[in-house]
Amino acid sequence: MKRHLLEAADLDRADATLVLDTAAQIDQALAGREVKKLPTLRGRTVVNLFYEDSTRTRISFELAAKRLSADVINFSAKGSSVSKGESLKDTALTLEAMGSDAIVVRHSASGAPHRLANWVRGSVVNAGDGTHEHPTQALLDAYTIRRRLGRLDGVRVAVVGDVLHSRVARSNVWLLTTLGAEVTLVAPPTLLPVGVGSWPVTVSYDLDAVLPKADVVMMLRVQLERMNASFFPSAREYSRRYGLDAVRMAALGDDAIVMHPGPMNRGMEIAADVADSVRSTIVEQVGNGVSVRMAVLYLLLGGNA
Amino acid sequence: MTTIVKGARVLGGDPADLLLEDGRIAAVGERLSATGATVVDADGLVALPGLVDLHTHLREPGREDAETVETGSRAAALGGYTAVHAMANTDPVADTAGVVEQVWRLGQQAGLVDVVPVGAVTVGLRGERLAELGAMADSAARVRVFSDDGHCVADPALMRRALEYVKALDGVVAQHAEEPRLTVGAQMNEGDRSARLGLTGWPAAAEEAVIARDVLLAQHVGARLHVCHVSTAGSVEILRWAKSRGVQVTAEVTPHHLLLTEACAESYDPVFKVNPPLRTDEDVHALRAGLADGTIDAVATDHAPHAVEDKESEWASARPGMLGLEQALSVVLQTLVEPGLLDWAGVADRMSVRPAAIGRLDGHGRPIAPGEPANLLLLDPAARVTVDPAALASRSRNTPYAGRELPGRVVATFLRGEATVLDGKAVE
Amino acid sequence: MAGSPVPVPESTVLLGPADVARVVDRMAHQLIEKAGDSLADLVLVGIPTRGAPLARRLAARVEAFSGARVDTGTVDITLYRDDLRLRGVRALEDTVLPPAGVDGRLVVLVDDVLFSGRSVRAALDALRDLGRPRAVQLAVLVDRGHRELPIRADYVGKNLPTSRAQKVRVHLAETDGTDEVLVTEGAG
Ligand SMILES: [Zn+2]
Repeated sequence: MKRHLLEAADLDRADATLVLDTAAQIDQALAGREVKKLPTLRGRTVVNLFYEDSTRTRISFELAAKRLSADVINFSAKGSSVSKGESLKDTALTLEAMGSDAIVVRHSASGAPHRLANWVRGSVVNAGDGTHEHPTQALLDAYTIRRRLGRLDGVRVAVVGDVLHSRVARSNVWLLTTLGAEVTLVAPPTLLPVGVGSWPVTVSYDLDAVLPKADVVMMLRVQLERMNASFFPSAREYSRRYGLDAVRMAALGDDAIVMHPGPMNRGMEIAADVADSVRSTIVEQVGNGVSVRMAVLYLLLGGNA
Repeated sequence: MTTIVKGARVLGGDPADLLLEDGRIAAVGERLSATGATVVDADGLVALPGLVDLHTHLREPGREDAETVETGSRAAALGGYTAVHAMANTDPVADTAGVVEQVWRLGQQAGLVDVVPVGAVTVGLRGERLAELGAMADSAARVRVFSDDGHCVADPALMRRALEYVKALDGVVAQHAEEPRLTVGAQMNEGDRSARLGLTGWPAAAEEAVIARDVLLAQHVGARLHVCHVSTAGSVEILRWAKSRGVQVTAEVTPHHLLLTEACAESYDPVFKVNPPLRTDEDVHALRAGLADGTIDAVATDHAPHAVEDKESEWASARPGMLGLEQALSVVLQTLVEPGLLDWAGVADRMSVRPAAIGRLDGHGRPIAPGEPANLLLLDPAARVTVDPAALASRSRNTPYAGRELPGRVVATFLRGEATVLDGKAVE
Repeated sequence: MAGSPVPVPESTVLLGPADVARVVDRMAHQLIEKAGDSLADLVLVGIPTRGAPLARRLAARVEAFSGARVDTGTVDITLYRDDLRLRGVRALEDTVLPPAGVDGRLVVLVDDVLFSGRSVRAALDALRDLGRPRAVQLAVLVDRGHRELPIRADYVGKNLPTSRAQKVRVHLAETDGTDEVLVTEGAG
C-alpha cells in the first residue's frame, strides 16, 4: 500500500484486493466477540478532520480507529479555528505538531486531501473530497458486493443518478472496474460529466433497459437543489424516469442486489419498500464500512512508524 | 548618458554596434565609439525592441503584499519589457482619472518601465454602467485600453455601447471573454480531466460564444475590439474568420497558454489555477499556430501575482492567476522560435510592435534604427535557465514554471537609453 | 507472503520428513499423557502460518493414539503484535475457533518455532479477547532459545541451541511442499 489513500483511481488490483481481504479477516476475527477491540494501533493517533458535516462517515471512521485501539481526535471545522479563516495548511501543521499519525479528511473542495498529503508526514485518508472521490465508500461497496455475490469479476453494476456531482460514483467507477466489474452509468445527460466518454464504463439514459441485465443497482443520492439549476425539471419527473420503485425492482434478476451509499431520499431516487427489501444491502453497507475502514487504517498505519 | 552596445545581432541579423545617446538610438554600425560611453559587450546576443505587455496585474493599489508597481516594474524589466499595461482590477478599481493617474505616477517614480494604466470599462468592474472613460483618456495617464479584466462585460448592450464610445477616444475595449452563466463555480477546462478530477468545468464555449458575439458587435458599430488571453482552438477559428471579414479585432495569448496544458491540474496545486484555465494539447497547438500566422496579434502575460495564502490552499478556494513577466520571452522561445514557427522579427512583432500599436504607445515597438527611442533588450538565446521562484523579482512566488528549464536569458534592457537591467540583474 | 523456501547454500537440514513425523508423534503422546482427563476439553489452536497445520497434525495424531476427538482452531496474531512498526504490515490470516469455543477448556497454543516469545504473548492477548479458557499451554516444534519474555513451552519437539545470527526455518508439507527443519548461518 502507498502511504495515503487519496483516490480509488490510485489503487491497483492487488492493493484493492488486499484491503478487501484484510477487511474480511478482521470481520472473521471479530465475529461473535463481545469485545470488538484489537490492540493493533495502540499509541497511534488518528484525527478526523471534517470540513463538511457527515456524521455517518465520521462515526464509521471513529469506530474503526477505536476498534484498533488508536487514539481518536475529532476536529470538526465548524466552531473551530477553521471557521475563523485558518488555512487548511496551518490546520494540518497544527495537527501534525500534536502528533497525529493519520488524518482522515472530509472536505468540500476536490483535491483537498492531495494538498494535505503534501504538507504532513503522516498518512492522509480521503473521506470524501468535493465531487472528486470517496475511496472508502467504494471499498465498502465492493466488499459488500463480494460478500453478497461471492465475486466482483464480471459483475454487472448499474450506478444510477447524479454521477456529475457524485464522488461515490467516481470512486466506484475506478475501483469496480479495476476489480473486473462491468459498470454502467445511468442518468439524465445533464447529470453526467462532459468527458464521461473517456471512462471505462457504458453510459445509458434508460434505466428500464439496464435493470434486467444488472447484478447490482447502486442508487445515488439526488439533491433537490439540482432541480433549480435545471439539471432536471422536477422531482416527480426525475423519480419517474430514474427512481427505483417496486415495479422496476421486479425487473431485476433473482440474485440482484440494491445498494445506496446513504443518506437516502426515500421516494425520490429510491422507494421505501425497495430500501427495506431483502435485496437492499443498505444496512449491511454501514457495518461493512467499519471493517473496511479498519483494514485501511491497519494497512496505512500498521507498518510505518 | 551614452552607451555603446558592441556586436549585438539586431533581430538575429549580423553583429552591429549600437550607440545609445539622449534616450535615442544615435547610430547603428560597425566599430562605433564615443568618448566617455559605457560599453556593453553584446557578443552573441540578440537585440530586440523593448517588449510591451498588454496585460499585467500590478496589484497596487490594494494588494501591495502581492505586488507593487515598483516590484512588478522590476520583474517586467528583467523580462525585457519597457512598457506594461496595468490592469484595472485594483482596490480601488482603476475606474476614475484619479486612480489611473496614481498608478501612472507610481510607474514614473519606479522608472523601470513605462507603466500604462488600463481603465475599467464599467464602474467598479460591476458590468452595470460605463465608467468615465473620457476622463481617463484625457488624464495624465492617457488611457487608451479599457478592460474589466477579471470580469467579462457580459451584457451585450453595455458591450456595444463601450465599443462605440471608445471610438471617440481612439481607444479599444479589451474583453475578458467568459460567459459568466456558463462558468459558475468553474475550476478548470471542461473535459475528460475535469470529469475525473471532480473539478467543475470551464467550457471552451463560454469563451468562444463571447468572442463570436463581440466580433459581430465590433463589426456592426465599426469599433476596435481586443480579446484578452485567447485560450481555445475554437477562439482562434472565430478570430480568423472575423479578421477575414475585416473586423477590427486584435487578440492576445498568454505564455502559459502557449506552453502548459490542463494536465497540470492533476496535482491539484493551485499554482496552475488560472482564468481562463489551461486547456488541452490541441488548443495549445492551435494557439501557437494562430500566433505564428498573425491571427493572434500579441503575447500578453496576464502576470497575476498572488500572496502565498491565496495560493497555498485547496484548489477551489485559491485565486486564479500566475506570474509571467520574467519568463514570457523564454516561453515564446521554447514554444515558437525553437520549433521554427516564429523568427526574431516575428517575436519583435508579437511582443513589441503589435502590442504597442494596439495600446497606441508612440515610443515603443519601434525599429532598432537611428533616431528611434532607445527601448530595447539584449537576449542570450543560447542560455538555459532553471526557474527558481525564490529568485524572482516579483513580490509573489506563484510561477507555474518552478523547476522548469527554459531557453534564453535577458542580459540587458534599456528604457530610453538607460539600462534597467545589466548582466541579467536589475539596475538599482 | 509465506516464508521463502528458497534453499540457501549454508542451510543445514537438521530434521527431515521422518524426523518431523517422529517428533510430532512424540508430542502427541506427551499431550495425551499430560492432559489425562482433560483430553475431552482439549483445543489445539495453531498460530499461523505454520502453527495452523501443525495443530491439525497434532490433533490427528492425538486422535489416532487415544481415540478421543480433538478440536482445533487458529488464531491470527498480526493485529496483536507489538512490533508492527518494525516489521511492517502483512496480509492477515484466518482466526477460526471450534463451534464450542474455548471457554472453560484446555487450550494448547501450537507454533513452529519458539524464539523471543513475542508471538506467544500476542497469541495470549488474542486468546483473551476470544474467550476464557480454563488453562493455556504451549506446544512448539522447535525451541531455539533467546527468550525476551518469561514464556516457556509445555511441549517441545526439539530443543535447538542456536546463536542469534542463525536463522531457523520450519517447512511443512501443507505450506512448503515438504517437512524439514533448517538452520541457516548469518543474516538470511
Ligand atoms: Zn482576464
